[in-house]
Parts: sequence; C-alpha cells; structure tokens
Amino acid sequence: MGKFNVLEHELVPEHYLVSEDEEEEILKQLGVKKEQLPKIKKSDAVLRVLERKYGHIPVGSLIKIVRKSPTAGRIVVYRVVVRD
Amino acid sequence: MMKRAFGLTKRINSIKFALLSPEEIRKMSAVKVITADTYDDDGFPIEKGLMDLHMGVIEPGLRCKTCGGKVDECPGHFGHIELAMPVIHVGFVKNIKNYLDATCRECGRIKLKDDEIEIYKQKIEEAKKMGASPIQLLLINKKIIDEAASRPICPHCGAEQKKITLDKPTTFREEGRKLTPKEIRERLEKIPDEDLPLLGINPETARPEWMVLTVLPVPPVNVRPTITLETGERSEDDLTHKLVDIIRINQRLRENRDSGAPQLIIEDLWELLQYHVTTYFDNQTSGIPPARHRSGRPLKTLVQRLKGKEGRFRSNLSGKRVNFSSRTVISPEPFLSINEVGVPEAAARELTVPIAVTAHNIEKMREIVRRGPHPQGDKYIPGANYVIRNDGRRIKITERNAEDVAKKLEIGWIVERHLTNGDIVLFNRQPSLHRMSMMGHLVRVLPDRTFRFNLAVCPPYNADFDGDEMNLHVLQSEEARAEAKILMLVQEHILSPRFGGPIIGGLHDHITAMFLLTYQNPKFSREEALHILSYLNYDKLPEPHRDENGNEFYYGKDLFSLILPKGLNMEFKSKICDPTVCNHKCVYEKCPIDAYVIIRDGKLIAGTIDENAIGSMKGKLLDRIAKMGSDIARKFIDDLTRLAIGVISYRGFTSGIDDEDIPEEALIQIHEIIQESIKKADELIELYKQGLLQPAPGRSLEETLEMEIMRVLAHARDEAGKIASRHLGLENPSVIMARSGARASMLNLSQMAGSIGQQSVRGQRLHRGYQDRTLPHFKRGDLGAKARGFVESSYKKGLSPTEYFFHSMGGREGLVDTAVRTSRSGYMQRRLINALEDLKVDEDRKVVDTAGNVVQFLYGEDGVDPTRSSGGENINMEEVLTEVLGEKYLLRRRK
Repeated sequence: MGKFNVLEHELVPEHYLVSEDEEEEILKQLGVKKEQLPKIKKSDAVLRVLERKYGHIPVGSLIKIVRKSPTAGRIVVYRVVVRD
Repeated sequence: MMKRAFGLTKRINSIKFALLSPEEIRKMSAVKVITADTYDDDGFPIEKGLMDLHMGVIEPGLRCKTCGGKVDECPGHFGHIELAMPVIHVGFVKNIKNYLDATCRECGRIKLKDDEIEIYKQKIEEAKKMGASPIQLLLINKKIIDEAASRPICPHCGAEQKKITLDKPTTFREEGRKLTPKEIRERLEKIPDEDLPLLGINPETARPEWMVLTVLPVPPVNVRPTITLETGERSEDDLTHKLVDIIRINQRLRENRDSGAPQLIIEDLWELLQYHVTTYFDNQTSGIPPARHRSGRPLKTLVQRLKGKEGRFRSNLSGKRVNFSSRTVISPEPFLSINEVGVPEAAARELTVPIAVTAHNIEKMREIVRRGPHPQGDKYIPGANYVIRNDGRRIKITERNAEDVAKKLEIGWIVERHLTNGDIVLFNRQPSLHRMSMMGHLVRVLPDRTFRFNLAVCPPYNADFDGDEMNLHVLQSEEARAEAKILMLVQEHILSPRFGGPIIGGLHDHITAMFLLTYQNPKFSREEALHILSYLNYDKLPEPHRDENGNEFYYGKDLFSLILPKGLNMEFKSKICDPTVCNHKCVYEKCPIDAYVIIRDGKLIAGTIDENAIGSMKGKLLDRIAKMGSDIARKFIDDLTRLAIGVISYRGFTSGIDDEDIPEEALIQIHEIIQESIKKADELIELYKQGLLQPAPGRSLEETLEMEIMRVLAHARDEAGKIASRHLGLENPSVIMARSGARASMLNLSQMAGSIGQQSVRGQRLHRGYQDRTLPHFKRGDLGAKARGFVESSYKKGLSPTEYFFHSMGGREGLVDTAVRTSRSGYMQRRLINALEDLKVDEDRKVVDTAGNVVQFLYGEDGVDPTRSSGGENINMEEVLTEVLGEKYLLRRRK
C-alpha cells in the first residue's frame, strides 16, 4: 500500500496523541468526563497515520486536534478514540 | 383553583417504552365492548356498547360506573374489544418484517451462531456502558438484523429459509404465499426471550407477538366525546365511528367463522377487519384508501390526532395558549420612548397584575379595590378585577361589592390590579425569528384601540403599520418582572447578536431630518430653534451666534450636538461621501460636500449626519453610543427621534413625481445613448450570426453573446442614470432621501427619470413564451434588445405594451422568490431550533448539551458574545485608541 499521509493534506487539521499525564490535566481543566468529549472512530484514517508515529493507540485515548477557525484563527479541540 | 407547587423540581432519569400485552389490555379494561351501538332511544348509553358508563361519563348528571365520579372527576377508563382473529398493528409492520427476516421460520431462533450471539451481546453491553444514544443502539440492532437476515439456512436447526416480502401496508408473503396474521403471530411467539435483546427488544417489557393484535383497547369516552348540536342532534367522534366499524366487522367475522362459512368469505372479512384496524390507527397509511365520513371528509384517527402542526405535540404541548395576554393592531407614536408601549385603556382594564397585600400597601390596595373594575374620570387610574383570598378563593369585584371587598381586604390576599403606567410587559410580533422579536416594554396607558410604540423599534420586530397586529403579555410574578427589566427591556437589545451592530435606530424620516439639520450647517433663528427643541426635554438653548446685523441664530449642527452624550470623540465618513469630489484624497473637515463627520467631546464639528451615523444596522455613531451603556443609548435614540420629528415637521418635506423632471435635452441624450447601445447589441448579434464572435473562456458562443449583450445594455442603463442624476442635485427631496440613505436608491431614481433597463428571469434575458420568441410581436429568433425584454422607457414616461408585459415577467420572479424563500427558510429555522434548543454555554464558556456532552470547547471558538463585540470582532482597536488618546489618535489616523 502506498504510504499516503492524510495529515499532510491541506484540509486535514493537525492531530496529536495526548500522553496519559497530560490527559488527566486536560480533563480537569475542561471539567468534563471523558465520555462527554466528542469522539473519533478507531478506524479513522487519521488514527492509522498516528499509529505509524506513536505505535498502537488504544480505545479511550485522547487526541488533540488543532484546527483553523474563521473566528479565532486557531482552536484546540479534543476527541476520544472509540471503537466502531 | 389549582394549587401551585413550589420548589419541587425533579429530573427525568430515564424513559422506557413498552408494548401492551393482551393480558394487560384486558386487565386495564373496565368493560368488554361487544355492541357497536352507542345510545338507546332515550339517549342513554347502552351497556357493553361504545359509550358504556364503565368507560367514563361525558353527560352531566350521570356517574361513572367504574369510579363513581361525575363528569369532571372521572378521568375515564379503557375498555377492550376481543378480536375474532388477530390483525397486524400498522405501527409495527417494519419491526415485524425485521423479526421475521432475522429469525428461523422453523425453530424461531435468531439466525446467528452461538458464538456470534455472544459477541453481539457483548458489543451491545459495551455500547451501553459507553453511554451510547438510543439511535446508536438502534444502528447496532439494525446491523445484527441485516446479518441474521442474510442467512439462507438456520445455523441452529438447519432449516432452509424462504424469502419474505412485505406487500404494503400490512400483507406479508412468503415466496408469493400470503401469510395470515395468525401464522405471523405463531412465528413471533417462537422467538425465545434470550434472542430478543439482539433484535432491540427488552424481554421484560415486550414480546414481538404483541405487535399482532388479539385484543384492541377502547379509549375512554372522555377521549372521544359525543357532541350535541343546538338542534339536539348528536354527533359521534371520528374515533367512535371507526370503533363502530371495527366491532361490526369483528362480529360478522366471528359469526361466519363459528358457523363454518367458506374460507374465502372468512378471508375477505378478515382483510376488512385488518383495513378498519389499520385506519383506526393511521388513516393516512399509504397504499390504502383513507376511511371517510358520510360527508366524504377523511376521518381523523389516532395518528392524525398527534401528527403535524395541528397535532397534539406541536399544537397543544409545545405551543400553549396563555391568559393575561392581548392582541391588537399596532400604530406609531413618536412621542413614546423606545422602552415604552402604548396600551389602549380597554386592554389595560382587562389585563391585570397580581399584587400581594402587605402591611405597607394595604391602604393603597384598599383604594384600588374600592375603585372597582370601571373607575370613572378623565385620567386613567387603575382599578381591580379580582381579589384572591388566603384560602385561594377568587372574588370578582363589581361596582356593587367593591366597597365591601375593600373593607374586608386582609394582609396576605392578592389583588389583581389593572395595568398601569410603568408596569413591565412583554411585547411580541410573529414570526418570532430572533430574540428581539419579544422584548420588555414599559406600559403607557393611552386612549383609542391600538398598541403604539416608537418607530425606531420597528426593525427588530420587522413591523410596519399596514395592519400588523402584535401580542402583549403581562408578567405575573416578581421574578419574571425582574428578569424582563434586566434582560428583555428594549434598551438592552439595541445591539443585535446577529451582526454586533445596532438594530434599533433612526429610519426613513429620522435620517432625512438629520440630513436636513446638519448638511452644510443651516442656520435657524431663535424662534425656529425653540420650536424644534420644544419637541425635546431641554430647557437651555446653546450659545447663540450673531450675524452681521446682530441677529441671534443657531447652527443645525449645534442643535444636533445637544443630544450627543458628553465625552464622545469620533470621526467617520458620511453616506453621502463621494470620493470623485475630492479625487480620492479625503480633505476631512474641509470636505466640499460636508461628508466627513467629526465629533469632539459630544459636539458635532463637521460632517453630515445620515444613514452611516444613525441608521439602524449601519449607524456608526449609534454603534458607539450603544456601547456607552443602554441608558445613554436609549436617551439618545429617544431624543434623536423626537428631534427628527421636530426638524422635519417644522421645515416640511415632500416628494413627488416631478422630483424626477429632467430637461428635454437630457431626455434626448438618454434616448440617443440607449439607441446606440441597442445598435451595439444588434452588431454583436450580427457578429454572432457570421460566426465571428470570439467565445469567452469557459463559455459557449451563445452564452458569450448573451453576456456581452447584457453588459452593453446594463451599461446603457447606467449611463442613462448618470445623465439623469446630473440634473438631480442634493436640493431635490428624492435625491436627499436616496443619498442620505433614508429610503430608495439612486438606481430607483434613474429608473424613474432615465430608463428602466433590462428585465430578467433567473439572471437571463427574457426568452420564453412563444416558439423562439417572447411575444408574437417579434420575429422568430429575434435576439435584439427590444425583443428580449429591454425596457427603454422610464417609469415617468410610461411603458409600451410589450415593455409592460416584460416588466411584469421580471416582477413576477421577485414575488415567487419571496413566497418560496419564506416557506423554505421557515422550515430550515424549525429544524435548527429543534437541533439547538437545549444547548447552553456553561460557566467556562464551553457549549454543552443537557447531558454535558461538549459541542464546542469555547463558544464560537473565540468565546465572543456578538452583542458585546464590534461587528463580530473581539475588540475594536480604533475605539480603544480613540478613548485613550482622544484627538491625538484621530488626527494621526488620518495619515
């Protein structure tokens, strides 16, 4: 399979895996439980690319996404990996 | 009277849906209905009939045979009908189809191997733990069913499966052979409880075979009351009619079956029973004709009662009718504040405010009660209509007992006092499309019969006075009044959350008047100035100027400066600014057309006040003042509208068709220009016919030609307009309105004076109508300007018959567009509201739903409230710098 990297596409925002230590802090800061966050499917094309970089990403991990925003310029959002 | 519950809030934890089992239907039934009759000859309910007294009472005087209650006490009780043969419930055909597909026709097990069953069960458990929504769970079930349905052989008993098709609405066939509801029910019975969760059924609350009815519940008579007409004729409810049909056929079916009638007759009757039961649930089932009333009107059965705009949900549960409200025609009243609403006396006497009697106000309340419901006198004073005693009893005050009730008044009673000046009420105009459609106003009781308000408040309500009606609601609790005053008062809504600018502001005459007051700074004598200022509450004239003869006079700009708040500094360009005058090099205060506004410490130094300063939605000055605080803004708009009325009614302002008079030679010039353009269009057509036209990139030859012609003709109209406007100066009232932004545009004027121009439908020149031509007045295939909807005439000159027809075609498009747009955007709005209605912004500016799920990590991703923004932007550096540095910054900015 050709090693196509979706993250390099202009329309795909930056994705990062959040480490376990940071995870707790972020959730505390946001004041929400994990299952209240938006979700991203395990089968998402982005996750396949991220796994190449970080190794196996288990269900329940936190993904940090940095998007362009028409109102704020840059905006950081988080998603939880769920099985599909 | 109903008791109010205080401090009792409960949260719904979960909702469960279940099916009624036949046993349950029998258990909750008060009577087994066996006769299709309703009343006997004396008008008394027949026993075991559809109006049996066990099912509740609707006639006064009778008592319910189940609970013993009278008409208003008995809630009604269900009855039941034993169906001779089972029938399918239309609401569940889809489910039944799924279950038949997914299970074995022999052993009834779901067609999945044991290990698969285990895996899927785990998956469902896991999804539930992850907080999956019912829709997500439904999707999992759907997947399981699809998987099981695709198996041609049962993995449990090895039986071969046959294809089942659904013949809408309620007939199932297995490879062409009809399955009777009885057979279907038997198959569903065979499905074991353990397999049900995979199909999306909770075996504790439902069994699939209950979707095939053997017993039919009969709703209480309260649900389907008999109506007695004035003539004494009785008329039954649609549901009762339908139940009569069901019972009749049911009985015939039973008799025929018991007497061993031929199978064919039984099947026919069975199908008829199925039809009646189907239409009893839903009379709009596709594939079968709706059951009709004797008059030919389709019956309104169960689904019709609930569904749609007029259904129970949207009409009675989501939308309720309220007391303490009124509705009447609206009209303008420029002498009211924007915060006020004029309420007709008749309405004020009917609408009441509950006031609790305390030690502090008891004497005052006595006085109000003593006045009774119709206080006399020239001046409006509030009376009272009711008092509510401590025990909750309501006493109506009449002229006769007013004195008596007033004497007996005690602390703790509640007096329902008439509306009076200063009460806060909610005022609303439909369609309520945004939050400014319902605002808080302070009452002013006025004579006559209309609601009145300041014209500046028209834009948020989108109201005009061509017969519009509006609603008014009187708040009944102290909390509501406080909320309305703080959050809903008109002055808190001057800035719109839609675009972060003012939506309440000067319009039409206000703008014209301010233009007349400030443009080129006219002079007013002392008398004139006093007359104009008498519309305002100012007791001091500004410092007068003196002319060469020593006469006192006042400048218009000084009069305007009176209403500006102190400490205001700003500069901006007026609407009338025309960069061609100064060759795109602004000369600021020296502007020859007085189009550069300079305000220093609340004084207008230079410039013209027009739409760009005070117009609703556009006013820069207004925007700044609105951000100085709502009280200051309210005062400014109140003063502005009053001053405007003063100026314009003193000076006088009128406009007529002779405003568009232009000299004969200009008309000839316009005619020549247009003829020339028409000729140019003809040349283009000739070029096209000879095949010499060069196509524009990405367009066909025809498209290019159309484009070029449109361009040439649009240019002709613009040129004609330019010539016309050369003869229309700023001393012309119509031009004043157009240039200052009060109403109309220069295009409108040039269409009146010069030429109307090309008419179009869907952005193209007119081309449809007859074969290859728009009208039979032209040759076939004529592509010329006149034949394709170009109108040379002006509105003033009048249109030729063909031009008139073309103009109507173009005009029709506009009408159709608005008609289509309103209905479409209404539906879009409804869907948006349903999707977003219970989202909220929480303490740390996250957007969350009711379950706390995050929708947006920061409201709007930038956390900015558009009403407190400046045109949607976070901060306006210009404003901050002006405030801090004052004139220094404004002068530096010019460079």
